[in-house]
Amino acid sequence: MSTHPDISAGRLPAADIEAGFGDLHPALDRNEARVASERCLFCYDAPCIQACPTSIDIPLFIRQISTGNAEGAAKTILDANIFGGMCARVCPTETLCEEACVRMAEGKPVEIGRLQRYATDALFSTGRQLYRQGAATGARVAVVGAGPAGLSCAHKLATLGHTVDVYEARAKAGGLNEHGIAAYKTTDGFAQAEVDFVMGVGGITLHAGKRLGRDVTLAGLAAEYDAVFLGVGLQAVNALGIEENGLANIEDAVAFIERLRQTSDLASLPVGRKVIVVGGGMTAVDAAVQAKKLGAEEVTLVYRRGADAMPASKYEQEVALTNGVVIRHFARPYAVKGEGGVLASVLFMRTAIEAGKLVDTGETFELPADQLFKAIGQVFLPTDVADESAVLELEGGKIKVDAEGRTSLPKVWAGGDCTRGKDLTVVAVEDGKQAALSIDRALAARMPVAAE
Amino acid sequence: MADLSVDFVGIKAPNPFWLASAPPTDKAYNVERAFRAGWGGVVWKTLGEDPPVVNVSGPRYGAIHGPDRRVIGFNNIELITDRPLEVNLREIKEVKRKWRDRAMVVSLMVPCTEESWKAILARVEETEADGVELNFGCPHGMSERGMGSAVGQVPEYVEMVARWCKQHTRMPVIVKLTPNVGDIRKPAEAAKRGGADAVSLINTVNSIMHVDLDAMSPWPHTGGKGTHGGMCGPAVKPIALNMTAEIARSEVTRGMPISGIGGIETWKDAAEFMALGAGTVQVCTAAMVYGFKIVEEMKSGLSDWMDQKGYSRVSDFVGRAVPNVTDWQYLNLDYAVKASIDQDACIKCGRCHIACEDTSHQAITNMVDGVRKFEVIEEECVGCNLCAVVCPVENCITMVPLENEVDKRTGRMVDGSYRNWTQHPNNPMAKEPVAYDTDAALEPAE
Repeated sequence: MSTHPDISAGRLPAADIEAGFGDLHPALDRNEARVASERCLFCYDAPCIQACPTSIDIPLFIRQISTGNAEGAAKTILDANIFGGMCARVCPTETLCEEACVRMAEGKPVEIGRLQRYATDALFSTGRQLYRQGAATGARVAVVGAGPAGLSCAHKLATLGHTVDVYEARAKAGGLNEHGIAAYKTTDGFAQAEVDFVMGVGGITLHAGKRLGRDVTLAGLAAEYDAVFLGVGLQAVNALGIEENGLANIEDAVAFIERLRQTSDLASLPVGRKVIVVGGGMTAVDAAVQAKKLGAEEVTLVYRRGADAMPASKYEQEVALTNGVVIRHFARPYAVKGEGGVLASVLFMRTAIEAGKLVDTGETFELPADQLFKAIGQVFLPTDVADESAVLELEGGKIKVDAEGRTSLPKVWAGGDCTRGKDLTVVAVEDGKQAALSIDRALAARMPVAAE
Repeated sequence: MADLSVDFVGIKAPNPFWLASAPPTDKAYNVERAFRAGWGGVVWKTLGEDPPVVNVSGPRYGAIHGPDRRVIGFNNIELITDRPLEVNLREIKEVKRKWRDRAMVVSLMVPCTEESWKAILARVEETEADGVELNFGCPHGMSERGMGSAVGQVPEYVEMVARWCKQHTRMPVIVKLTPNVGDIRKPAEAAKRGGADAVSLINTVNSIMHVDLDAMSPWPHTGGKGTHGGMCGPAVKPIALNMTAEIARSEVTRGMPISGIGGIETWKDAAEFMALGAGTVQVCTAAMVYGFKIVEEMKSGLSDWMDQKGYSRVSDFVGRAVPNVTDWQYLNLDYAVKASIDQDACIKCGRCHIACEDTSHQAITNMVDGVRKFEVIEEECVGCNLCAVVCPVENCITMVPLENEVDKRTGRMVDGSYRNWTQHPNNPMAKEPVAYDTDAALEPAE
């Protein structure tokens, strides 16, 4: 055990690492896109549109692809979802549009996600900007958080003629698209290119490195701007509920993913020989698969319930398995062991469902580990939005909003992961869009003659 | 097993599947490949007078594609054979001698003078070919020189040339008709008057396949200029079927042997032409798209279907559908059907609903009790078949005849009675009006 802890960089030849982090879904070429597009039946009141949180007119954009108008298809997509390029990469289409596709009757839906990618790639490859700032209304809106929700809101507001200041705690815009999604889902700097396209509408100013609660306050923003949109996401990771004894090499999976996304040289990134990931969502899978792709020999993903209960989609689970990740169901960590202040192994308790409840069976096992990544969900920290003068109502630990994204404060809207609803990029984009429309209506009501 | 052999105006062949006069039959090499693949006969690509014609060296073919780039329409601007007459005649003789059991018909196109026809017929006879087909059909190129469809469009010329040919050869004479006419019966009647043994149809339909929106010229084009070509392939089959039926049921031409041509790709296409009176069929596009092997499917499919139906030879069913082709005025206006949607087969695409809702009779729901569901509203359904046509699932929507029941749309009892337009009280020209309850017919039922 003299090598313990066995954590090192460059476990694989650089070329292998580069290949491993290549595109998860190779793009459709023109002929493949034509063949795929011709399967669409152009349904009436199409179920796929109903299933899309952003209501993209899918039959229309697929028909546009089939007639050779991929850029027109991209406009159809982006009009409904300005992050249509990223959503084409990360949406769990098998539980959204593609699940609703009527061709599922034959067992194979139209490849909506890949066609969406084809169309948006076609547009982005031209460098064309489709949108411009609307005629100035004179209104100023603050958006907090430059993730999918915040930027979607900012973009829509800009097209409606409002001036937008975006405050972002991190150094870069993009939110989880830039920091929290596996690298092989958004290759070749796509996340930043997309942010540039979104910001390219004009009228949006990014204030990076400005954190709410530290550099700006909600009350201050509400006083300075005509409206505020909060798209601050989730700030903390759920604890495992065990004593970690201050051991080194126990880390949040999101931090690992962020480090991985921001490095310029994957081969320089250290990873353990034996890695354990605890959790069952997309983040757990993204961390596990990427650890494997960096060269970890044994990556074990441990989830306390069965496969069906995993928040990660079936497809994501398959990605994990085909990349050599071992998934162990029905177990939870109850202790860690260290050696010289660093992690050495994790002790697990087997679980079971009894009378509908998850219970410990009493049976245990121990897995040696060089690294442990925690991915059992993220939480919203209300401290950042807390303000002595303004009380923002919460609901289920997140910001309470109505159907339009209005919070309990009159000039404040919110959306994305910091509000209730599915933690999906596509849902965040829709939240931002709807809040922008709501803000626009509110501003119009307040300033009916502003445009005259 | 069914006997597929045919005797068409004295020309015998092991099966009715012949290759039409076209690029696949221009050379001994291709024709022998076709015979080895199992084709029953060929019509050798049209011979003309020397010196041979010259073809363009740019594209000769264009197409309309369906899903999966299936060629559903195909056109060409190729002329008749561009090889010397002597070469073709020698090869025809050689191939016929090697393949005695196969039909060898030679297509001909020469200027409209008796001498020209007399001369070429004598030379073709020497090849021991089984018959000749007079190409009065090609609508491009040759027609500008007074041949091809320029002849086929003038019944008097058709009759004249057919008569010359019958006078100057013992071989059976088949007249190939152009569809680029107003009434196909006229040239067919002319062919009969001229003594032709049979007609074959259709030749290609005049067409521009696409416009090249960059070059702003027809597509395909020859260095920026394009011309109309002759279209064939599955898209022309309905036109060809109608023309075949018109000739088969016309009083003047009834019983005249027909060789059916136009978009035949499968045994079923062939059987349809034959049911409308074609004694043989000719194929080109399908062979040019898929190769000669398709004849295997055609032969086995036709044979299996004949076995199922109890037809032992092709003459058992040739023309069987002809008596059921009639004029609109004789259709039974008392007959009624309603669309029926098989809910288990329905994939809920909604195309039946939107087609009916936007463009027809508002007779299909899209929502029932708040659930996406497509059901026929019999009170509105006129039985037009549009829903069944647009449905992507075969046999999911069927048209069910009403039998001894009230049509919920008209309130009329459908009891198997027969009344056509010539008998209908709404027809001022009705010959024998039948008593009619106008109120019941016009008022929708509650």
